[in-house]
Amino acid sequence: MAQIIAGVGTSHTPAIGAAVDNGKSGQPYWQPLFKGYEASRRWMAETRPDVVIMVYNDHVNAFDFKMIPTFGLGCAAQFPIADEGWGPRPVPPVQGYPELAAHLVQSLVLDEFDMTVVNEMPVDHGLTVPLTLLFGSPPNWPCRVIPLAVNVIQYPAPTGHRCYRLGEAIRRAVASWDEDLKVVIFGTGGMSHQIQGPRAGLTNPVFDKAFLDGLSQDPQRLLRIPPIEYLREAGAEAIELVMWLVMRGALGPKVEEIYRFYHIPASSTAVGHIILESR
Amino acid sequence: MKSIDKPYDDIPGTWIFDADRARRGYHLNQFLYTLMKAENRQAFLADQQAYLAKFELTAAQREAVLQRDWNRLLELGGVAYALAKLAFTDGRSYQFMAAQMTGMSEQEYVDMMLKGGRSPDGWRSKSERPEQR
Repeated sequence: MAQIIAGVGTSHTPAIGAAVDNGKSGQPYWQPLFKGYEASRRWMAETRPDVVIMVYNDHVNAFDFKMIPTFGLGCAAQFPIADEGWGPRPVPPVQGYPELAAHLVQSLVLDEFDMTVVNEMPVDHGLTVPLTLLFGSPPNWPCRVIPLAVNVIQYPAPTGHRCYRLGEAIRRAVASWDEDLKVVIFGTGGMSHQIQGPRAGLTNPVFDKAFLDGLSQDPQRLLRIPPIEYLREAGAEAIELVMWLVMRGALGPKVEEIYRFYHIPASSTAVGHIILESR
Repeated sequence: MKSIDKPYDDIPGTWIFDADRARRGYHLNQFLYTLMKAENRQAFLADQQAYLAKFELTAAQREAVLQRDWNRLLELGGVAYALAKLAFTDGRSYQFMAAQMTGMSEQEYVDMMLKGGRSPDGWRSKSERPEQR
């Protein structure tokens, strides 16, 4: 049977992808950040998942403003790399898993999580930067990826509580798929950051550390954080952190923290990263 | 209730992209979305007024686009990720645009981030920042 064995939380700042793509990852500005992910790449190489479920958000690249799905599940066989305005990132296209994605849609909707089915979708930095951070720069991505795009652009994003419950439903759905598969789920975006207006550049390491601690030790506490608190305390774009709660919900009640890393800055972002294994 | 509840309007220096802003900014954002394509970026730069005339922007939105008045564009319903495509069209980085929104030079902005970023202290409520009311 298929099983979600671990979760990865990580920021998905576009400048991180650009640093790799332009050969700047060894520069003093970037070197500490990439060093912080070396242990994670070793962990991923040993873990060798068959499938990654990538909870991320599109940044006005796949979706314009005609329709804004709150939860969109990528059901295609392949997802091309988006041109976000300066040409697509030079990374391989993403191979999906349409059969398993179809099962997830059916299971989730019957479990009362009304997913939008997405059959064509270019994927942007929100999805590809986490792949780069955890898998490096291989000629092809070493596993299949099912994208789960969450609206965090137009207020309100789904609540943290709702996201956690969706994660629990994803765990049930994966467990009912009769194929031996190791699945790793990613929650991406965050941590504290604001990229708009006179308050741009805001970070809040205290908030971020408490969030990482909560993921590891007391996720129920995080479910009670109201949207306004993310915005006010951690920046307008920190609401992306609700996507980490989908990941956490999908791991079951007990987890072991394998690794943690925190670094400021990547462009305007406080970068956070955690690896949790289901126990 | 005759309008949507906006508890976040008290946050200084911030324009949350809510349902009202999405409605007012719809054509502005759809214009910005077209700048994802190289041929559209070229056409826009070749004659900005003519390109903008194809979209139902308000006069204020059109003027703010021409002036690259980023904060005004946020206020008028532009979403930051869509505005980024205008900055990229100009050959600018996101960091350049963010710095302009704060009124800092790009180097000042980079230095602030290297020192750990902007503390939320003093930036949680408009009551803490008279100039932002």
